[in-house]
Order: sequence, then C-alpha cells, then structure tokens
Amino acid sequence: MIDYSNFTPYSALIGGVIIGLSSAMLLLFNGKICGISGITGNILVFKRHDTLWRTMFFAGLVCGGIVTFTLFPTTKAFVSDASTTVLICAGLLVGYGTRLGNGCTSGHGVCGMSRFSKRSILATCVFMISGMVTIYIVKHVVGG
Amino acid sequence: MQKIVALFCGFFFASGLIISGMTNPHKVLSFLDIFGKWDPSLAFVMVGAIGVYSLSYRWIVSRTAPVCGDKFSIPSNKDLDKKLIIGAILFGCGWGLAGFCPGPAIVNITLLNKQVIVFFAAMVMGSLIFQFTNKLNA
Repeated sequence: MIDYSNFTPYSALIGGVIIGLSSAMLLLFNGKICGISGITGNILVFKRHDTLWRTMFFAGLVCGGIVTFTLFPTTKAFVSDASTTVLICAGLLVGYGTRLGNGCTSGHGVCGMSRFSKRSILATCVFMISGMVTIYIVKHVVGG
Repeated sequence: MQKIVALFCGFFFASGLIISGMTNPHKVLSFLDIFGKWDPSLAFVMVGAIGVYSLSYRWIVSRTAPVCGDKFSIPSNKDLDKKLIIGAILFGCGWGLAGFCPGPAIVNITLLNKQVIVFFAAMVMGSLIFQFTNKLNA
C-alpha cells in the first residue's frame, strides 16, 4: 500500500539529480569516486596525500548541512523512534559494515550501479534486502 | 584546487541529500518498510542520481585524465567475495534499524540532535573497529 500523503517524488528526484551532479563533479575534477563511507572513513587512516581533500569533503558536507537546513527549515523536522541502545548498535553496524563491504548507498548504490559494477549491484541488492528484512522484523514481527 | 572542489562537492552533495529527503530517517524507514505504509520517494532519489551519474560517467572517463589530477581512481576489484556480502548485510541491518546511512548521518550532526550524535559516534567506532581488526589480519 503506497503512502501517498508522504510521497514526494519531485523533491526526491531534484535532490537525486543534485547528488548525481556533485558525484560527477568529483569524478570529473578530482578523478575520485564519491563514496561517503570510503572518503570519510579513510580520514582516520591518515595517509598524508589523501587526508586533506577527504577532510575538505567532510567539511563541505557539514557546511552544506548547516546552510541547507537553514534555508529549508522544514527539512529539519525528523523523528527517530530508535532508543539509544538501538542507535548504538545501528551505528556500529553501519560503520563496520560499510568499511568491510567497501561502500554504502553513495559509493555502491549511486556511483557503482551507474558504472554497472557487478560488486556494487550485488552489494546494493544485499543491503537493500537486508534493510527491508530488518525493518520488517522490527515493525511487523517484534513490534507487530 | 582539488581541495576546493572536494569542499564544493561535499557542500552540494549535502544539499542534495537534504532536498531529496534522505536525511529524514523516518522517510528512509518508510521506504524500506515495503509491507507497511510504503513511501517510494527514495526510489526517485536513486533514479535521479543514477540517471545523471551514468550519463556523465562514460563521457568523463573517456578523458585521458581528470581536470585537476593525473588519473582516475576507479575501483578495479571485481571479486564478489564474502567480505562484500557480509559487509552489505551488516550495513543493511544498521540502516534498517535507525534509518541513517553514512552521508545523512554526517549532514544531520549539524542539527546537534542527541540521537544523531550517538549514532554518529557509534558509526565512527564501527569504522575504527574495522580498521583495527583489518590491520591485525593483514
């Protein structure tokens, strides 16, 4: 059953196009794949040559967050029903899993799928299904 | 120059995430919850992003080098190995539990919300645990 009251196809599409454009710019100018988990996770590795641009990208994300949230205050309103324990488990899983699997929604989902990389197509299918199964268990089995 | 481009791309990327709705964990979870009240919006984010990127990708890599660098760093690994699959399973579980993937988690810390900070700190820990254990195995 589709939830039409919260369905926002236009802003989703526009936002997606902006995400695609900024990822394409990073490739065109710097020759880098725009994978958030890889770029930011590897800041902590301290490879002299790479650390600075990675840190700048991270700073860009933060500044972009501050400016866009200020320009569109309604986007700030978010709700997370998760408890602290759940958030800690989820954070550990996301942090560890994206590094082990070499990518997240951006690196595998957007850049990798666009390159028709078999690894990324497989990874994206797996994490989508894994996410769907998890919410199904949380909402309809445990919480149902 | 590369640093300025990186800053600008990060900035632009964050605004795309916010406009698309990806930074709202409730929206992400409504997308993943296909058996509940399903909100398919995020499929449109993927369509928009993949549409633009796949079209520009071929043109960009047909150049001999990036504008501000000497080579393209494109993953060459083609192995469909256990690490890839287990990593994706673990990431998916975390994503489905809280509704945050790495990009939106970073963008959301600017709101200084306690829940996001807890998630972000745990995510950094998870990344560090990987780095530490990976070093031991190497």
